Amino acid sequence: MTNDKLSMMTDGGKHLLAKERFSLTIERLCHQLMEDWGDFSDACVVGIQPRGVPLSDRIHERLQALTGNTNIQYGRLDITFYRDDFRMHEAPLAPHPNEMDFIVTNKKVLLVDDVLYTGRTIQAALAALQHYGRPQMIELLVLVDRRFNRHLPIQADYIGLVVDALDEAYVKVHWKEIHGQDEVLLFDKK
Amino acid sequence: MKQLTTRHLIGIKNITEDDIQLIFETADNFKEVINRPIKKVPSLRDITVANLFFESSTRTRVSFELAERRLSADIVNFTASSSSVSKGETLLDTVNNILAMKVDMVVMRHPAPGACVFLSKHIPANIINAGDGTHEHPTQALLDAYSIREKLGDVAGKKVAIIGDILHSRVALSNVFCLLKLGAKVRVCGPPTLIPKYYAELGVEVSHDVRDTLQWCDVANILRIQLERQDIKYFPSLREYHQYYGISREMLDGLDKEIVVMHPGPINRGVEITSDAADSRQSIILQQVENGVAVRMAVLYLLAAQRG
Repeated sequence: MTNDKLSMMTDGGKHLLAKERFSLTIERLCHQLMEDWGDFSDACVVGIQPRGVPLSDRIHERLQALTGNTNIQYGRLDITFYRDDFRMHEAPLAPHPNEMDFIVTNKKVLLVDDVLYTGRTIQAALAALQHYGRPQMIELLVLVDRRFNRHLPIQADYIGLVVDALDEAYVKVHWKEIHGQDEVLLFDKK
Repeated sequence: MKQLTTRHLIGIKNITEDDIQLIFETADNFKEVINRPIKKVPSLRDITVANLFFESSTRTRVSFELAERRLSADIVNFTASSSSVSKGETLLDTVNNILAMKVDMVVMRHPAPGACVFLSKHIPANIINAGDGTHEHPTQALLDAYSIREKLGDVAGKKVAIIGDILHSRVALSNVFCLLKLGAKVRVCGPPTLIPKYYAELGVEVSHDVRDTLQWCDVANILRIQLERQDIKYFPSLREYHQYYGISREMLDGLDKEIVVMHPGPINRGVEITSDAADSRQSIILQQVENGVAVRMAVLYLLAAQRG
């Protein structure tokens, strides 16, 4: 993507998190996780497709480097077929690749997504995870928590940034590998 | 995401290449689902599907039923032999009665060509054609093309031969439409009495020489002789048919390349194909069956998504 297009995309958006603070936040989340989860030997990381995956890729990579455990199990979960808003959209929901080649029975599962908003994505992810066994426990990590917009009683355990915004506002996370730079942007409307 | 250009799947003739590609992309995801330990997703949990089979079927029916169950749909099964059809009820009455019980989608196989088109004009449910007489069998063509794509990477540019009873085969007609739309080169091969004259106008080659056809093609899709639809004799005997058009291990070994062997089933071993050819390494007959469930899940999912 060219830089021109990029600046157009960020046009009108307000920076909530960028550059050094962005990577510091991810680093802080990883250290918080190690404090609670140790070396992840009985745990796994599961990123939610598609937007949770760039975050879970980084978390997984940093955790392996920080803990020295290079075998932390990692899956990318597609929840399209579990969503409750199937048929409420104009076009069918597009599925993404689902890469879960292990069972979560008796494991601690760290579920990862970029923005926690209504909580419905997480609900679908919990339903999808049930198909991979009975985990010992599941915790949720999100980069952004929009705490006043929940539709369901779902809260995150690890939070990068709390954003209090109006319902119409829209929070978007950009990633270096996809959008050219790491940043969290707030738009007035979608 | 893109969506299908149609509310019903009546035939491949009525859908676009983009529709076919969308079905394939979605089927890739469902293929992963059916290889999980728990092969079920809740997408169609509020949808009821009626499987209406006015003609016998094993593979297609089981495949549709599994596809529906794996999407968590509620299903009702109906076979003509054990129903009020034998008491003289019309097709429209039968279907309207079933729809009155709140059915959302209909999968139908019927001996009359055009039965699904007729139905689609009279009822509100989404209709999927599971074979209408000698007309079309769209999901079979989709799973055949999907299997070729899986085996050879792409369908475009590949040479596909359809060998056997072309005249009575709905699989042949749907396959021709599907393969041509995806950019393959198609040749039909069989006795002159079993290839309708209009096939040349569809844009396919016509041949009566099976050895030359095998040498030409990358994929050979071999069809059954549909004796149940033949009211007169089109060739002297099955034995003679086998002599001239039956595919054997020796014929495949005699080629200077390895071709892919397909068959939509049911196989008449020793007639259109010998056992050692049907069970050979080149055969993807059972992969076709596996892909059938994934492709049908994709069709059901994409059609259901259009219901508001």
